[in-house]
Amino acid sequence: MLNTNPRMDSAQTIDRRTPVYALVGNPNCGKSTLFNALTGLKQKVGNYPGVTVEKKTGTTYSQHGRPISVIDLPGTYSLAARSPDEAVVRDVLLGRRIDTAQPDRIICIVDATNLERNLYLVHQVLDLGRPAILVLNMMDLALAAGLNLRVARLEHELGIPVIPCEAANGKGILELRLAMSRMDLPLSRHQWDIPAPIATAVSEIQASLIENDSKQPLIARAEALLLLTDQDVVRVAGSTPLSPVTASILAGWKKRWEGQGVDWSGTLVASRYDAISQLCAQVILRNAKTGPSPSDRIDQVVVHPLWGWVVLGGIMTALFLSIFTLAEYPMNWIDGGVAALGTWVKGAMAPGDLRDLLTDGAIAGVGGIVVFLPQILILFFFLGLLESTGYMARAAFIMDRLMSRVGLNGKSFIPLLGSYACAIPGIMATRTIEDTKDRLVTILVAPLMSCSARLPVYLLMIAALLPSDRVPVGAKVGLMLLMYSLGTFGAFGFAWLFKKTILKGEPPLMIMELPPYRLPRLKDVLLHMLERASVFLRRAGTIILGISILLWFLTTYPKSADNVTPQARIAHSYAGMAGRAIEPVIQPLGFDWRIGIGLISSFAAREVFVSSMGVIFGVEDSQVKNTTPLRAALRQAHWPGGAPLFTPLVCLTLMIYYVFAMQCMSTIAVVKRETNTWRWPLFQIAYMTGTAWFVCLVVYQGGRAVGF
Amino acid sequence: MAVDDNRGESAVKLSQLAVGSKAIVRALPPQGSAALRLREMGVLPGVSITLVRAAPFGDPIEIQVRGYNLTLRKSEAEHVMVEISKAET
Repeated sequence: MLNTNPRMDSAQTIDRRTPVYALVGNPNCGKSTLFNALTGLKQKVGNYPGVTVEKKTGTTYSQHGRPISVIDLPGTYSLAARSPDEAVVRDVLLGRRIDTAQPDRIICIVDATNLERNLYLVHQVLDLGRPAILVLNMMDLALAAGLNLRVARLEHELGIPVIPCEAANGKGILELRLAMSRMDLPLSRHQWDIPAPIATAVSEIQASLIENDSKQPLIARAEALLLLTDQDVVRVAGSTPLSPVTASILAGWKKRWEGQGVDWSGTLVASRYDAISQLCAQVILRNAKTGPSPSDRIDQVVVHPLWGWVVLGGIMTALFLSIFTLAEYPMNWIDGGVAALGTWVKGAMAPGDLRDLLTDGAIAGVGGIVVFLPQILILFFFLGLLESTGYMARAAFIMDRLMSRVGLNGKSFIPLLGSYACAIPGIMATRTIEDTKDRLVTILVAPLMSCSARLPVYLLMIAALLPSDRVPVGAKVGLMLLMYSLGTFGAFGFAWLFKKTILKGEPPLMIMELPPYRLPRLKDVLLHMLERASVFLRRAGTIILGISILLWFLTTYPKSADNVTPQARIAHSYAGMAGRAIEPVIQPLGFDWRIGIGLISSFAAREVFVSSMGVIFGVEDSQVKNTTPLRAALRQAHWPGGAPLFTPLVCLTLMIYYVFAMQCMSTIAVVKRETNTWRWPLFQIAYMTGTAWFVCLVVYQGGRAVGF
Repeated sequence: MAVDDNRGESAVKLSQLAVGSKAIVRALPPQGSAALRLREMGVLPGVSITLVRAAPFGDPIEIQVRGYNLTLRKSEAEHVMVEISKAET
């Protein structure tokens, strides 16, 4: 049982080193805003080893200027974990993780407008026997909603500091900092009755945890309670397992209850909520408030059967317009900057392999990825905006029915939609999907959505396919639409297939909160965007650099004599040899070895195909924008026998190849990071490129058979 | 907050509730991750809920419980038994 006297935690243990606070709370309660307000830019984003859960830590200062570290734990509704994110919260708080010491103290943040549900997690956390502070965030909104909270009463009942706060306006931060500076932070004195049939089991498991898992008594009690509500115990890498003795006691009780028909987890949840309801009855004074809330009124339009689609369509249009128009200027600057840097290094260094490695390998290769950074940033910005306003949940709500046709849930919609611009932010946005298998399926099919790097290839091939300027625009647009729909149907088809086969699971739950609409805070959204981008660059950077240098090596060595044209040089290189080596494989698709070189070199990024074709067909200064000389050169290209290479059928087949094939090293790097293994990116290369080859074979051979 | 078993005859599935109607939750399935999560989100026997709306395709549905809004699929709502409140407003 909990000690009824608020114990002071021993000052000596914390005195010597920096105290560590964990910040916990429900999703959408303003936790990130509070974390940003406390730590400013002193944040570090890493990963918990072995799992793809982000570890955010920061530093704040006590009233006397002493450093305090704060761990921002992922948002969760309960310590009974269902996802890796939630499992990490549970394991850190229980001190189960080897890589993260158990936090000394805990800050619980709750949304004051929704106290009852938010207190459920707090109730679980207070059991942990750590000194805690409760932050009532969004006090202004609670007041506006007609809620009057008796803070002093709540403080008295819980026995811990309760700080009213408006994190978005910076109010209450000072008071929180003062509370965090206290040496004598008390434990909660809140007590609640564990239902009688379960109490015996709890004390037995608690005793075993102390005895066999060397846990402290209070933690052991909290863990015992938790073990009874954790149904499918989500275990993640880096967490210490239960001792066999405790595990068998637990299993024994569960078996006994099952036989007797005791609903142990339901009873536990219900008794917690009973205790919370009693607490709330004393603390919340409700003013008579009539009429729907502002969020309800917004939702009458936003999820309306008709207007809902108009709003969704409008937001999507705004998203893509801004990505394609706004991003163009910075993309041109970066293009120019990378070219200038290359020229400068070329001028500053003595000619030689090292210089070429730097300019043609590293700078050109990485530059080819960095040029997409503006698009990626804008997409991150929009995703952050949709998330922080609360619209993301509405889009998931609207789209859930459609997504369920292929076995996914509505939360996969926005990541897949974002992938039309670039799969990287799309894949990184899948972190909001709780179910591990759903998340993996979404990651696997996201790169099939036609991203913006495919556009240059499509445009070049459409130009080569329909050379005459007299061809109606409609035909070109139609071809483009065909490519986009092929990718979309491919993505949904494969999602369905994966959910039926290798990633079979229970139908995903759609138990999701629709948070009230909130005005986004620009600072938080920008911070989120920069953090995402830096995570991408840091994690994917080395892989991108490595592949860039490898591809440069393949296209440069073995070296030819100096007087040879670039065209002959590449033909002579390892890439040229590889192109010839794969010719038998791609010949049935109508591709020769020169197209093969293009396929190999554009493994870096799809749009590289255009510049590779320029080098291979001897067009100086081939540019993505002006493809006229390249188009003419392609028309001249022939097979050794004299038959034209780029027939309309070959152009079409090549486009289809780019719809399906996995030709993007950044995506591979990000998938590696997000799945924490090479297995899935390699599978992705195999299935996507395999599909591309097969579909192209059918199209080309079928097209030939009917006379094209 | 005790469950009143005598009124069992008027219990309907949550998935059959009409938009706008209020009801009191009577029973949830004892096991399963959906049932546990619903409970942890505050959907417990005795609590009153309002069916706010259904998504444009009729599924999922949105309910109001303990002062906030929650969505769930009809397939999940099928296992939640509720009793329609008499006092309609």
